[in-house]
Amino acid sequence: MSVFVHKSSRVIIQGFTGQHATFHAEESMKNGTTVVGGVTPGKGGQQHLGLPVFDTVSQAVAETGADVSGIFVPPPFAADAIMESLEAGIGVIVVIADGIPVQDMVRVKRYAADKDAIIIGPNTPGIITPDACKVGIMPSHIYTPGRIGVVSRSGTLNYEAVQQMSELGMGQTTSVGIGGDPVNGTDFVTVLRAFEEDPETEAVIMIGEIGGPQEVDAARWARENMSKPIVGFVAGVSAPPGRRMGHAGAIISGEADTANAKMDLMEELGVHVVRNPALIGETAKRVFG
Amino acid sequence: MNIHEYQTKELLRGYGVPVPDGRVAHNVDNAATIAEELGGDKWVVKAQIHAGGRGKGGGVKVASSLDEVKQFTDEMIGSNLVTPQTGAQGRLVQRVLVEQACNINKEFYLGMVIDRATQRITVIASASGGMNIEEVARTDPDRVIREPIDPAIGLASFQARKIAAKIGFTGKQIGEAARMMQALYRCFRDKDALLAEINPLADIDDGKLMALDAKMNFDSNAMYRRPGITELRDFDEEDTKEVEASGHGLNYIALDGDVGCIVNGAGLAMATMDAISFHNGKPANFLDVGGGASPEKVGNAFRIVLQDPNVKAILVNIFAGINRCDWIAEGLVQAMRELEINVPIVVRLAGTNVELGAPILKDSGFPFIMADNLDDAATKVVATLEGAS
Repeated sequence: MSVFVHKSSRVIIQGFTGQHATFHAEESMKNGTTVVGGVTPGKGGQQHLGLPVFDTVSQAVAETGADVSGIFVPPPFAADAIMESLEAGIGVIVVIADGIPVQDMVRVKRYAADKDAIIIGPNTPGIITPDACKVGIMPSHIYTPGRIGVVSRSGTLNYEAVQQMSELGMGQTTSVGIGGDPVNGTDFVTVLRAFEEDPETEAVIMIGEIGGPQEVDAARWARENMSKPIVGFVAGVSAPPGRRMGHAGAIISGEADTANAKMDLMEELGVHVVRNPALIGETAKRVFG
Repeated sequence: MNIHEYQTKELLRGYGVPVPDGRVAHNVDNAATIAEELGGDKWVVKAQIHAGGRGKGGGVKVASSLDEVKQFTDEMIGSNLVTPQTGAQGRLVQRVLVEQACNINKEFYLGMVIDRATQRITVIASASGGMNIEEVARTDPDRVIREPIDPAIGLASFQARKIAAKIGFTGKQIGEAARMMQALYRCFRDKDALLAEINPLADIDDGKLMALDAKMNFDSNAMYRRPGITELRDFDEEDTKEVEASGHGLNYIALDGDVGCIVNGAGLAMATMDAISFHNGKPANFLDVGGGASPEKVGNAFRIVLQDPNVKAILVNIFAGINRCDWIAEGLVQAMRELEINVPIVVRLAGTNVELGAPILKDSGFPFIMADNLDDAATKVVATLEGAS
């Protein structure tokens, strides 16, 4: 199997007729993704890439049975697009936009609280189950089907890790970019739980960054709940201290907020920590066999 | 995006937060006139720079006469104020805030932040106001109250009263403090803030509450819809290279090492710096060229990195997803033609169109040092420095 997106997923694209959306929808289809249509308000009834365009997400869901949406609208309109998808009952919502106002995401998360949906992103390259379903902008040729789950905050660092794995012959069940924004849809724990429950995933690579408690929270959760090994890295060891948002920011995150402090804690909690980002693949090979 | 204290106070006054009477002055005469118009016999003169810790650097002084107002203003304006947050070179003071002084009975701390853990706007409050709130959070975390706010409801009155009572307000001050918190929340929400602090929130004179110092930081991604805040931006308070970079759609932060970095994606940019450090090199900067990097953008990245005289080598690390390696390569070659680049350049390209990008560099005739992967790149760039010294 795989997590969140599968060969059977039926994908729509919001902002379908835009230039980037068009390019990446075509790329996704080449990678085996079943794209069933898209949404561009005001262009309902047209055809694009040989697929139907709808005015609203509800119409698209009713007509196509879509269960996954890739959102390619610009940041000022992205929060509204996410809520539209949530209201229409979409189960997996992937938000590519980089630069959504943080308070928009605070409101979106409140709106999502009683909905049974997974929001991937924002500020993410997306999610890919290689050769089965890709919703996002990542270069699909570096991903290969395999047994390892990958989850990361950064996009390009996700590519870096995957390339290192591929060169050593390791493929992925699913690779999830949870996004780099301070308020995001899905945290590490949610993705780790899905990998733990997925029978095909044998091990996990988790790539974090400075800022926030979620890598350590995830490691703590994994120690209690996870049987599969995790290789972990946190970017930002050499990032400048003091680039923080005043007292309140420092108070909320506490002293455990440097990359090294996080990696030390993760190591204590049983994660196989890599200190040199160039050795993520090698470490995974050694740990996972 | 940060704004000055006097601007924050004007903003908060509009929302009903009590702040001291005062105005901003640009010169000595100006300051004296303001003090005279404010009346009273004691004033506070406060240097207006974005960095905190001004009191420790001599940037906040109490004057007991108009002559002293003039004297302190004269000392501050035009000087470089050094505080624990400015670095050794300090920050040029161009204006001071002159306020009526008051007698402080007790100081509290009131802050708001978007908390990553709760993913909500969260109130932070403490009975221990003043300068050492971080210390309190570290040594006595129970004395710091945190209360997340439901965005659909806002900060409810009962919540605000609960916080006020927990940090020790009694009697009619509970309602007063609660109203101040709600006003601060409305401002935070309406203006797309990321951080707001009133420190100290002071109990003054005959028991009135007053925001004696205030700081706010705003979400630059939301400023397209907040023109009233955008116009408060003070470019003099920002690093010129960082301002220039952001104008070109680049995210640049100057550091104190000698290896210039040009990378796409913030995570990979940090990891690249980490890899350089792992090989005992020192990064000179963080630079994320972002997605959709055109040849022009790459050229601008080079110019900004090379403005730093400490840069002795450059590492270009591009993993193209939405980017294209051939465009990046063209940008590199163009930059070499247009700029006088005398430092070694190590290039690692991967991802989309790498098969088109690598030959462009090879056929250019410029001495790019090609690297196969991240480790190879970090090793090679550090080796060029060792060769030079």
